Amino acid sequence: MATTVSLPETPHREPTHKYESGVWSWLATTDHKRIGQLYLYTSLFWFIVGGIEAAIIRAQLYNPNSHLVTAQTYNELFTMHGTTMIFLVIMPLSAAFFNFLIPLQIGARDVAFPRLNAFSYWVFLFGGLFLNSSWFLHAAPNGGWFGYAPLTTRPFSPGLNIDFWVIGLQILGISSLAAGFNFITTIINMRAPGMHFMRMPIFSWMAFVTQFLIILAFPIITVALTFLMLDRFFGTNFYEIQAGADPLLWQHLFWLFGHPEVYILILPAFGLVSEVLPVFSRKPLFGYPVMVYSGILIATLGFGVWAHHMFAAGMGPIADAFFSITTMLIAIPTGVKIFNWLGTMWGGSLRFTTAMKFAIGLVALFTIGGISGVMHSSPPSDLQQTDSYFIVAHFHYVLFGGSMMGLFAGLYFYYPKITGRLLNEKLGNWHFWLTAIGMNLTFFPMHFLGLDGMPRRISSYDAGQGWESNNHLASYGAALIVLGTIFFAYNWFTSLRRGAVAGNDPWGGATLEWMIPSPPPDYNFATIPKVTSRYPLWDRKSPELTVNVPHDSQDEQKMDVKIGGQSTGTASAPSDTKLNAPHAHPSARQLGIMMPTPTTKPLIAAFALGTVFVGLIMHKNLPIMLTAAAIFVFSLYNWLLTPLEPEHH
Amino acid sequence: MAADQSHSTLSHDEKGNASPHEHTHPDWGTYKWVALILTLITALEVWIYYIPSFTKTKLFVPTLLTLSAVKFAIVVMFYMHLKYDAKLFRALFLGPLILAGFTIVGLLFLFGHLVIRG
Amino acid sequence: MATAAIDTHDAHAGGEHPPTSTGLNNTKVAIWAFIGSECFFFASLISTYLIYRGRSPVGPFPHDTWKDPATGHVFKGILNIPITSVSTFVLLMSSLAMVLAHSAVVRGDRKSSKIWLAATAFLGATFLGFQAYEFTSFVHEGLTIHTNLFGSSFFVLTGFHGAHVTAGVIWLLTLLSIDMKRGLTPDEAINVDVCALYWHFVDVVWIAIFTLVYLIK
Ligand code: HEM
Ligand SMILES: [Cu+2]
Repeated sequence: MATTVSLPETPHREPTHKYESGVWSWLATTDHKRIGQLYLYTSLFWFIVGGIEAAIIRAQLYNPNSHLVTAQTYNELFTMHGTTMIFLVIMPLSAAFFNFLIPLQIGARDVAFPRLNAFSYWVFLFGGLFLNSSWFLHAAPNGGWFGYAPLTTRPFSPGLNIDFWVIGLQILGISSLAAGFNFITTIINMRAPGMHFMRMPIFSWMAFVTQFLIILAFPIITVALTFLMLDRFFGTNFYEIQAGADPLLWQHLFWLFGHPEVYILILPAFGLVSEVLPVFSRKPLFGYPVMVYSGILIATLGFGVWAHHMFAAGMGPIADAFFSITTMLIAIPTGVKIFNWLGTMWGGSLRFTTAMKFAIGLVALFTIGGISGVMHSSPPSDLQQTDSYFIVAHFHYVLFGGSMMGLFAGLYFYYPKITGRLLNEKLGNWHFWLTAIGMNLTFFPMHFLGLDGMPRRISSYDAGQGWESNNHLASYGAALIVLGTIFFAYNWFTSLRRGAVAGNDPWGGATLEWMIPSPPPDYNFATIPKVTSRYPLWDRKSPELTVNVPHDSQDEQKMDVKIGGQSTGTASAPSDTKLNAPHAHPSARQLGIMMPTPTTKPLIAAFALGTVFVGLIMHKNLPIMLTAAAIFVFSLYNWLLTPLEPEHH
Repeated sequence: MAADQSHSTLSHDEKGNASPHEHTHPDWGTYKWVALILTLITALEVWIYYIPSFTKTKLFVPTLLTLSAVKFAIVVMFYMHLKYDAKLFRALFLGPLILAGFTIVGLLFLFGHLVIRG
Repeated sequence: MATAAIDTHDAHAGGEHPPTSTGLNNTKVAIWAFIGSECFFFASLISTYLIYRGRSPVGPFPHDTWKDPATGHVFKGILNIPITSVSTFVLLMSSLAMVLAHSAVVRGDRKSSKIWLAATAFLGATFLGFQAYEFTSFVHEGLTIHTNLFGSSFFVLTGFHGAHVTAGVIWLLTLLSIDMKRGLTPDEAINVDVCALYWHFVDVVWIAIFTLVYLIK
């Protein structure tokens, strides 16, 4: 491990413009790595907020008949907790990895549309702030994360609460959609020479699949939310039962989006652990093509199972049977993935780093959630479980045990690439065990609570129903998770300054991102690498690991010369000594690489667009809406008519 | 591994260029026929709408659906030159289109608008 | 010399962008992905319209006559098929103009490119004019988005389609103004192509709407 060298100096730059340093350099950035970090820090912030909401919920439920918060506040807490964790934590944290990693893994200098990328982030930021500003007006959303209409229509939810929810999600959807088109184009079109689809790192593959889920599922919720918005603000009848509306319309549209959404939440984490497990097992990913195909299959089938959320709605035997079968089917490709991870570890030389522990955590805990999922794929058994704490247990095993564990694995694994320093393993160990134990202590008893009949979304419960001790356990577990998170935060901030220097490739990674310095220079690759197999770095450093992986062997000979700009610590065959000298970090300008010009136009466009919605919630304030819309259109033109890169002279 | 053989089908040259199919567009000769056919089909659709004896038969709806599907396909194939363009675009369009089609049909079943009668 | 190590295709000589891995244009890939996404957008709108077809307890209705029990006023089926057939034809012709505009830009024929771009935008605007007429006359006859389920789902579905046409017209006018100012070169034909793909997609959506909403009774 190359941890002895000192931290690379920041690339030599000649700041000629205010956009190249300080706060402006962040506001105007189009660099995918910086945008990735913006996503990262923003979503970690919301993780804390959502965590505090959860902690209050657990404090409330610790004792029966508790009155820590009112029932009204309790509704706001669980609604905002769910909405925050899904739309402001797991999705953007995944987006942080998409941003940071996709270009590095496929050997590109940036995404296909760098300014659109900045736009996506700023819209996301605006949406998150918008949604949470409701707290300050004492009008936080209170209709549950799935906001069932007609409950959420004006007659039943007259306040601003649901307005914030509807509009907030609408804004966040715009961000996700824009990012989706961007990453799809990036992955299709920006791969380095030789990076065929079946050589693409598995994280990029799962990210690719996720983007399709995003661009196909989000339009559905956009429409459902638009109906709700029109009902609430303009008096249409989409969810008006008196006018003949169907009370199931919202449920169908929402879950048509909602089930693909849960795969949007899990597939990126699957991708991350599929990167971590091979590296710490020193074995190629077991069944790479099967991993790819099962990801695609999960995504496709994911559009055909939505009504398993509605078994209790009385859809009739044919529909129940159909969705029950498809739901059981979808567990197959999911199970395949689990076995492939086990196969990857099987017989490997395992190294139990924190990243590896979290990755194994995902494999174990997600499996539990998957199994309870299959349990409620059967309508008769679901009727016992639905709307009870059993469901809460299920989705926390898949979302916390699955998505969050996977994302933590990714954070420990890629922190050195992002910051240049390693996280402390000892503190990481505390973080992992506190989180893993706390998580199981919190959510495992919920299975029993659910089977004992405790409904979800109740602000308090009577004593003497046999629910006390399991609720105690759950609340203790939550405390452990909080403690673990404190370890994590402490570790994060101290390691930024004091962590061991990482070098290019601290873990013995196999894919392109480990070839370049940590943190990478703004252009990523001084020379665009030419890729000849799935594991370019192992081919070079530990060829014995990849003998069974397909290559085309003539190209492999040229590898050393072709593969990249920078020394990777051990082996090096630099084609140009000056360029590849250990401490030379030439700037893009010195190398003659053209990078996009920093610009605040996407920021302005994003905030103008957001302000249109602010005008809407302020009782359809037309002057604000029209002014903001005009600024949006103007900044859009201004942006689109300005070339991406500096003019050539 | 068999899956890996798909590499050879993606023909990259040294610079990462695949063969550019982008410049294949149909020409005026094709366009004018396309426009004519579209107009005729539209006229046919409107015409049968006004034949009461036909609108009452079971064939009315399927006929209209077929005619509009043909129009849809013609525009997509020729005007959007999907017939001539890179295969990738076909996948990007047809995948979602088919999935969306299934979704519409599924929803109509669920809301009892399509019922299989014995 | 530092730059010697850089492959020639990395340097953007002469304003050229680096070739993409598939050889396809980035924006074109993105617009196709966008169109795929729009399939779901319109599928949701159309599904809702169809699900709510025939469910309004009160009229006016699209095809059938309805007598208001309170006032005794009789509403005929509100859809105006002759007018809409004409506007459908107009939109179809705009697609023809669009492909001709594109092929003119490819040929570098600046005179025809301007004419056809203008014609496409004009036909699009005409379609919107028909729609505006249709909407206002419906309102006069007593159908608004508030009236009943049919009103809500009809206006929102066709309104979103109209919004797409509007965006397309603005896009076309932008291209036209660039063409008038400095001329679109054959290199830039891709920009017209991307706009055309969007335009034709909006057209095929209308083909579906025309049949499903207007013709099927
Ligand atoms: C083996 C795969 C899975 C199966 C068979 C499955 C099945 C189910 C079923 C049938 C329900 C509805 C239960 C009810 O409300 O009565 C459900 C709820 C839920 N599932 Fe899963 N699931 C699976 C994986 C996942 C994954 C991967 C996630 C997210 C990462 C997830 C997240 C959720 C959530 C959030 C809910 C609750 C939604 C709500 O009512 O608020 N599930 N699951
Ligand atoms: Cu589901």
